[in-house]
Amino acid sequence: MFKKSTLGLIVLMIMSITFTLPAIAVGKIVEIDGSSTVYPILEAVAEEFQKAKKGAIKVTVGISGTGGGFKKFCRGEIDISNASRPISKKEIDACKERKIEYIELPVAYDGLAVVVNPKNTWVTSLTIADLKKMWEPAAAGTIKTWNQIRPEWPNAPLKLFGPGADSGTFDYFTEAVVGKAKSSRGDFTASEDDNVLVQGVIQDKNALGYMGLAYYEENKGKLKLVPIDGGKGPIFPSEKTVMDGTYSPLSRPLFIYVNKDSAVKKPEVKEFVEFFLKNAPILTKQAKYIPLPKTAYQLAQERFTKLKTGSMFIGEEKIGMKIEDLLKLEQKSK
Amino acid sequence: MEDIKKRIKYNKSWNYFFLIIGLLSTFVGLFLLAVLFIDLIMDGHSRLTYKFLTSFPSRFPEKAGILSAWVGSFLVLLVTALSAIPIGVAAGIYLEEYAKKNWLTDIIEINIANLAGVPSIVYGLLALGLFVYFFKFGESILTGGLTLALLILPMVIMATRESIRAIPNSIREASYALGATKWQTVQWHIFPYSLGGILTGIIIGLSRAIGETAPIITVGALTFIAFLPSSPITSAFPFISFEWLFDPFTVMPIQMFNWVSRPQKEFQINAAAAGIILMLMTLIMNGIAIHIRYKFRKKIKW
Repeated sequence: MFKKSTLGLIVLMIMSITFTLPAIAVGKIVEIDGSSTVYPILEAVAEEFQKAKKGAIKVTVGISGTGGGFKKFCRGEIDISNASRPISKKEIDACKERKIEYIELPVAYDGLAVVVNPKNTWVTSLTIADLKKMWEPAAAGTIKTWNQIRPEWPNAPLKLFGPGADSGTFDYFTEAVVGKAKSSRGDFTASEDDNVLVQGVIQDKNALGYMGLAYYEENKGKLKLVPIDGGKGPIFPSEKTVMDGTYSPLSRPLFIYVNKDSAVKKPEVKEFVEFFLKNAPILTKQAKYIPLPKTAYQLAQERFTKLKTGSMFIGEEKIGMKIEDLLKLEQKSK
Repeated sequence: MEDIKKRIKYNKSWNYFFLIIGLLSTFVGLFLLAVLFIDLIMDGHSRLTYKFLTSFPSRFPEKAGILSAWVGSFLVLLVTALSAIPIGVAAGIYLEEYAKKNWLTDIIEINIANLAGVPSIVYGLLALGLFVYFFKFGESILTGGLTLALLILPMVIMATRESIRAIPNSIREASYALGATKWQTVQWHIFPYSLGGILTGIIIGLSRAIGETAPIITVGALTFIAFLPSSPITSAFPFISFEWLFDPFTVMPIQMFNWVSRPQKEFQINAAAAGIILMLMTLIMNGIAIHIRYKFRKKIKW
């Protein structure tokens, strides 16, 4: 029935597996993890980089989310953490505790699109105050209809869709709109998958949602984009308005954080980051994001060459940062 | 007489009633599966090419493939099977044939039944602490495989026990009467006769494992990997290498999840195509199990 030799073989295999010692060094490898928003950019860079190196250097990219990525980064498990918001105070402390130093490099810009159903005829623009009324924690259970936002709007139920609490997009939006990161009402439909939000808004006349601009671009015609009034009249998000900083405060920079030790000790990490900054204008665009101006990448390269550690955002207003401001900050921190 | 006829008629109508209910219930499952599968094929058929199976992920949907994902799924499942099957079957046989019926065995039994219902993410967190940090296996194929092995272990144990219980006691008694030891009885009778049921349990477990995402993400499976694990066969002595066990990996459900959440429609098509492949993998596994079970059943003559 069951031959003794097969049994012996299985036992032998299990034993050999158990007794193989962990051989962690798998050749030259650049380990990257973090935001799923930034992931498409890193995927593009990793793909091209491996092609250019003909496979001599391996690159892995995970999608643990901005917060999850920083957790791993501050434990020293990865070389590069990608983030859709600047590193937080808590994360800075966690890194300090483990003596992990990091180089902060902005790599692209992204706009957050606020969308409604095309059958929604009443919303022509929204102010940040409107958005705050809808999304602040105090709105939970009390703000339920559109006419509570503006009296001239219909008495129709307000159905909200937004990303889940682990997402950097959620952190950024809440900080920009409510004033404090992660401070949001809890009674809305949350999903880590932005396509679920897209579908939700498409199917409900009374829905409103926010998501990365690329998701609107792919679903034009099925969604109605709402221009945002940040104080200077309603502005639609677009490559132009995000780049010139008029679509404020809902446009944000995206970052990578490089472990300084890795940059110094692992030449493959250094090569990867330099390859990234050199090819960023084309690759970020292919990944459906808005590239920074050339000078910004040059400044980032200088920062990296000088191994300038720390965050530029400590004590700075993080929200509504225009690219010029970012450049100035970079200049200042040179 | 009339009364009896009436009663027979009444009972027969109930018989037909259940027949229809049973048939409908069967079709609900089959129908939903068929709808799902047809929907996947309609969405994904255009991407089902040989190149899709042999390409690495890419930012261009039309160039992207699932090579690293299906190889990862296969290797993780291999580790899962090699660790969960021997342990699970041995535990099942022990509990059914060797263990004394006392309070300790009762506690173990209840716990195993409960473990089968624990959410998979809990296993992921446990494995993160145990395999990744304590045993320092890292975020590797070995960790992924062992995590899923933990997940399906209760299922394998339960299936083993159920099928052993189905063997009539007379078989055991006959074996002992001929002077066989307990192990000889298990080796020549209990184990072979229950193998059909055990295999069914194993396959159900493995089919669940292949679709799991949450625990695998927790223990650090990645999304972008454009290289394969190191080869298990080397040119130098001893010709077999276990280095692949410690290589980083990704699996099919994670690749699908990533594609589904991308804005571009073409990626959704890729996700559907990957879904078809994943379903085919499960179907092939089930097919092999049914075949083996059939072969073993044929040999049993009670």
